[in-house]
Amino acid sequence: MSTETALEVVDLSQTSVRELNQRLHDAASGGPQAWQVVHPGGLHSIAAGLDAPLDVDIDGHVGYYCAGMNKEATVRIHGNAGVGLAENIMSGSVVVDGDASQSAGATGHGGLVVIRGNASTRCGISMKGVNIVVGGDVGNLSAFMAQKGALVVCGDAGEALGDSIYETHIYVRGSVASLGADCIEKEIGEFHAGELSGLLEESGVDADPGEFRRYGTARRLYNFDIDNAGDY
Amino acid sequence: MCGIAGLFSKTSDFEAELGDHMADMLIQMADRGPDSAGVAFYRNPVPEGWTKLTLFSPDDDEDWGALSDSLAARFGAAADPEVRATHAVIAVEAGADEAAAWVIANRPDLRLMSAGRSIEIYKEKGSPLDFVERFGLREISASHGLGHTRMATESFVTTEHSHPFSSGLDICLVHNGSLSNHNRLREVLRREGLTIQTDNDSEVASAYLTWKMSEGLGLEDALKAAIEDLDGFYTFAVGTADGFAVLRDPIGCKPAVMSESEDWVAMASEYRAIAVLPGAEEARVWEPSPGQIYVWDKAAIA
Repeated sequence: MSTETALEVVDLSQTSVRELNQRLHDAASGGPQAWQVVHPGGLHSIAAGLDAPLDVDIDGHVGYYCAGMNKEATVRIHGNAGVGLAENIMSGSVVVDGDASQSAGATGHGGLVVIRGNASTRCGISMKGVNIVVGGDVGNLSAFMAQKGALVVCGDAGEALGDSIYETHIYVRGSVASLGADCIEKEIGEFHAGELSGLLEESGVDADPGEFRRYGTARRLYNFDIDNAGDY
Repeated sequence: MCGIAGLFSKTSDFEAELGDHMADMLIQMADRGPDSAGVAFYRNPVPEGWTKLTLFSPDDDEDWGALSDSLAARFGAAADPEVRATHAVIAVEAGADEAAAWVIANRPDLRLMSAGRSIEIYKEKGSPLDFVERFGLREISASHGLGHTRMATESFVTTEHSHPFSSGLDICLVHNGSLSNHNRLREVLRREGLTIQTDNDSEVASAYLTWKMSEGLGLEDALKAAIEDLDGFYTFAVGTADGFAVLRDPIGCKPAVMSESEDWVAMASEYRAIAVLPGAEEARVWEPSPGQIYVWDKAAIA
């Protein structure tokens, strides 16, 4: 398998998203590993379904489902992202310089999603192991039915944070408009302090870990059995 | 799913191109609403004492000149019709109520799309791409405009069921979403004397705002009341003679993006409809918060 170090530039005002994605998928079995996408124009599904340790920079705003299902790749968006950023991410990382619309990181199984601006409603809905770090605020119903992983919010959280939550850890530095069903404030122990500091450092977001409060499940809404804790 | 676009000009140069840019925005929103398309433009206000009517005829060979002559004979003066495909705009030297009443009484086969001093509404079933060409949108200058592409979910695909809906003078509404209490509300509004022409849910929202404003509320307060009284999910864009307002339902079921540059203010269901505007890459872009009312008007820009 041969790899190239040269930067491959794709202009989406000239090339279709389908063609770009095909080329990125083909790069899993050799070819350029570093990509730059220009003129994204809010188009949908840019860099979705990547399955290799590629490095993709996107210059501008993207539409829906950017970097969806990402595996191993690093995708950086130098702009804002539409609905469903990094939906169902498996591994790798997706970084947005601006804001992200609804359902960022939804159902993600692993990897890291960093949103330097604000995230809209339903950020991290049904997250299953992904870590999400938001530099600004998150909207209503964030971490709804969140199962695993961590959501770090450096700004404020909207209403019904962590509604019907399972075992995701939520850290918020600012205010929380309201907590959802079965979501409560919890103490930050040694493990959680370490997790929070590690995520802030990994995401390059400048925030004092000591200013955060932690929220998580009260375990009254679902059938939690301590003997199965290792499975969560 | 439907697509919405709103565009407000901050400069006279941009006003001259507004129709061209609205056409590009509608084409970007065509995937979200392939069933029908429509626009409202605010342009060329008529003098005090005159009313501008936009009329739709199902007859492709409608003799609009004859209609204009009949209006002139009845009211003293009427301008030559400006015809676009199945629609015509006719200015009449008469109050809006009497002019509209005359049309309804004498030409019940026509449909009144809008009435006011500056509003014009064009809408038609079929592909938004065809609509843009057929109605010559690109040549239209306007201070501001709203556009809609419809994917019908709850009532028929006809010209009359297309957006924008206008229930009062110089006011119109486009809607992405669906309302669940529109049948009951329609009965209430009809009892209050409002004219509702179809069984469409969005027309009820349009009539509701007209009703609230006829009771003395400003647009912003009328929209606040709508949050309480309208049940369902929605992104609304509401046009008035001076500008437009945007409101998403408190849960934020439906998308919206807003943007502002030195030349324009825009809103759309998706950013890709804004990306086609000149200077979009440098413009400020943000997502309106659910349940918050955003208003742009000439006073705010000046």
